Amino acid sequence: MMSSRSLVQGTISLSLFTLAGAALAQDGGQVHGNFSTDVQYYNEDSAIGAVVPPERLGANAWANLIYTNGAFEAGGRFESYTPPLAGYPAGVPYSGSGVGFRYARYTMADLEVTVGNFFEQFGQGMVFRSYEERYLGVDNAMDGVRLKFKPVNGIQLKGFVGQQRLTFANEAVKGPGIVRGVDAEISLSEFFDSTWTSANNLIIGGSFVSKYQEDRDPLLVLPENVGSWALRANYTTPKWNIYTEYAYKINDPNNKNGFIYKNGQGLLVNATYSVKGFGASVGAHSFDNMFYQSDRSAATPFDLNINFLPPLTKQHTYNLPATLYPYATQPNGEVSAQGELFYKWRKGTKLGGKYGTKIAVNYSVAYNQDTTRLSAADDTTRQGYTTTFFRPGDRRYFQDMNVEIRKKVSETWELTLSYLNIVYDIDIIQGKPGKPVVYADIVILEGLHNFTDKNSMRFELQHLSTKQDQGNWATALVEFTFSPHWFVAAMDQFNYVTFDDTFLQDGKTEVKPERLHYPIGSVGYIRGGNRFQMNYGRQRAGIFCVGGVCRQVPAANGLTLSITSTF
Amino acid sequence: MRTSIAALLLVALPLIGSAQGKMPSIVVQTLDGKKVNTSTWSNDGKPIIVNFWATWCAPCKRELSAIADKYDTWQKETGVKLIAVSIDDARSMARVAPYVNGQDWDYEVVLDPNGDLKRALNVNNVPHTFLLNGKGEIVWQHNNYEPGDENELYQKVRELVGKK
Repeated sequence: MMSSRSLVQGTISLSLFTLAGAALAQDGGQVHGNFSTDVQYYNEDSAIGAVVPPERLGANAWANLIYTNGAFEAGGRFESYTPPLAGYPAGVPYSGSGVGFRYARYTMADLEVTVGNFFEQFGQGMVFRSYEERYLGVDNAMDGVRLKFKPVNGIQLKGFVGQQRLTFANEAVKGPGIVRGVDAEISLSEFFDSTWTSANNLIIGGSFVSKYQEDRDPLLVLPENVGSWALRANYTTPKWNIYTEYAYKINDPNNKNGFIYKNGQGLLVNATYSVKGFGASVGAHSFDNMFYQSDRSAATPFDLNINFLPPLTKQHTYNLPATLYPYATQPNGEVSAQGELFYKWRKGTKLGGKYGTKIAVNYSVAYNQDTTRLSAADDTTRQGYTTTFFRPGDRRYFQDMNVEIRKKVSETWELTLSYLNIVYDIDIIQGKPGKPVVYADIVILEGLHNFTDKNSMRFELQHLSTKQDQGNWATALVEFTFSPHWFVAAMDQFNYVTFDDTFLQDGKTEVKPERLHYPIGSVGYIRGGNRFQMNYGRQRAGIFCVGGVCRQVPAANGLTLSITSTF
Repeated sequence: MRTSIAALLLVALPLIGSAQGKMPSIVVQTLDGKKVNTSTWSNDGKPIIVNFWATWCAPCKRELSAIADKYDTWQKETGVKLIAVSIDDARSMARVAPYVNGQDWDYEVVLDPNGDLKRALNVNNVPHTFLLNGKGEIVWQHNNYEPGDENELYQKVRELVGKK
């Protein structure tokens, strides 16, 4: 029962909020936000090694609220993991419910001030990127102060200081280190706008970032301040876009590099050329000793990353290539390259036919870095190894050759055929020591048929063949959609091995593999900014990636409910 | 304390319901590297479609391809403009320009590589489409894409310019 005192308090606060609400509405203040939740009920299923948490039910939920009024903005995010879904997040476990993100910001003429939490990125992130990928559980939000200043047109200055989010336990838990940085960028065609009306533009930027963490090591004398810098240039014309960025980090002994005192460096170069109907890109990366975390003893490679090293491989959208063998950057050392072509045969041409034909060809490869270990006698300053920057070693981590042809064959049918050939060093990329390199061929046929202008059917037939790892996979998916509200889908993934019915895993023991089906059904309802989806069935263990980061998802059997809403 | 939270919710809910969204003031990049503030987006009093997508998102690409087939007609009939906001990050943002050209799309494309505009508009996942009226106010939105959704979107565009 409500006491009279709290009733009075309640009435007072109610009227205050009503007044505030009215005032906000008058001033044009706005409140908006979003909500999303994923709830999963887990069944026992020993055949697929399904994980069943003791609670039987996992639930992740988030709600963001943003209030804006003119130049002022404030926001917060409520998070709840009671308990988190199996395999979530990628790094240090989350627990409980509470506010994990809150900030206030105002913009005055050319100055923007943010206090509290913020995300930021300098260049492509080789020395600093603070970001979130909610569905992976990656969030290294800063908590501190950030300033952005635009003194004249074409020049942008940024500076920040703060600490990074490590994990979540009823509130955001911060890591031990302090991170601070400055960035300056000049966009020449904007800067010289009045006299230079060229369609070309050159942007030059530079940043300096450093971290501080106390040295408590009983043996080693560790640098408490670790500085890094990066320079970048981007030249664009209507057809060309050339980007390069170089990053350097002073010695940063940490548990990922074996506490060596070697400096780190990274270089990325990318060029694209495109005109209507044709696009091409080539790129190359090299990273040497570029793990950069605000805790030198961070428990996982997913937490407290100050920088972001983008992998130079295509991120696939089909289930088998996307979740079985995706590549992840190796920050301690890699040399990689990529090339890609897109072309459209317009309608009416010989290959274009009545509706046009599109083709995409992609090749990427990543090698280790050529290094020479230093013997203890030669390594008096604990450098670990010597290397020639950008020289690949003889271990191929990854290779992907793929081609995709998309063609509308009639008024109501569109077909897409894809072929991929993947070489995958599972030992290095997934940390499975001693497992042989996986060679996989994948063929995918996708079809889309429109029954009416609202109802359609889509299917995918995928097949992956390999004599390594778990053997072959076949996937069939069919999805019916009833625009704009409903969809239903069913998918089965079948894991089987054909060679002599025995499977020489790791070339050692003969195992008779089980032939496993992973059926799953989904139904969804969408209305405006709201989406409800329910799945029931088996989910294969796999790697779930967004952007450049991947998370291992364990096998599961059960019911999943997902709701997202934007208002 | 609990009562004040309840009171806040009571007051906040109708406020949320009535909020007529305006485009937030966020800086995004054009494909030639220029910084553009989204609050300055305009289309001479005609509607604007803001579509969030990524090169790694299959339904997004289906949606933009489906609209591309009809975009000429849409523009002639209503003057609508589509701005495709790519949320590709450092990993794949270099692929955006060649991909868009390789598809022969006519959209205005901008990059939101660290998700600033995505967060400001409270987008959970892609594809997500907003429709802005001639004054730049958000009047409609849709999450997800199913073949045929573009017809509903275009119906809303026609209503905005007074065609039924």
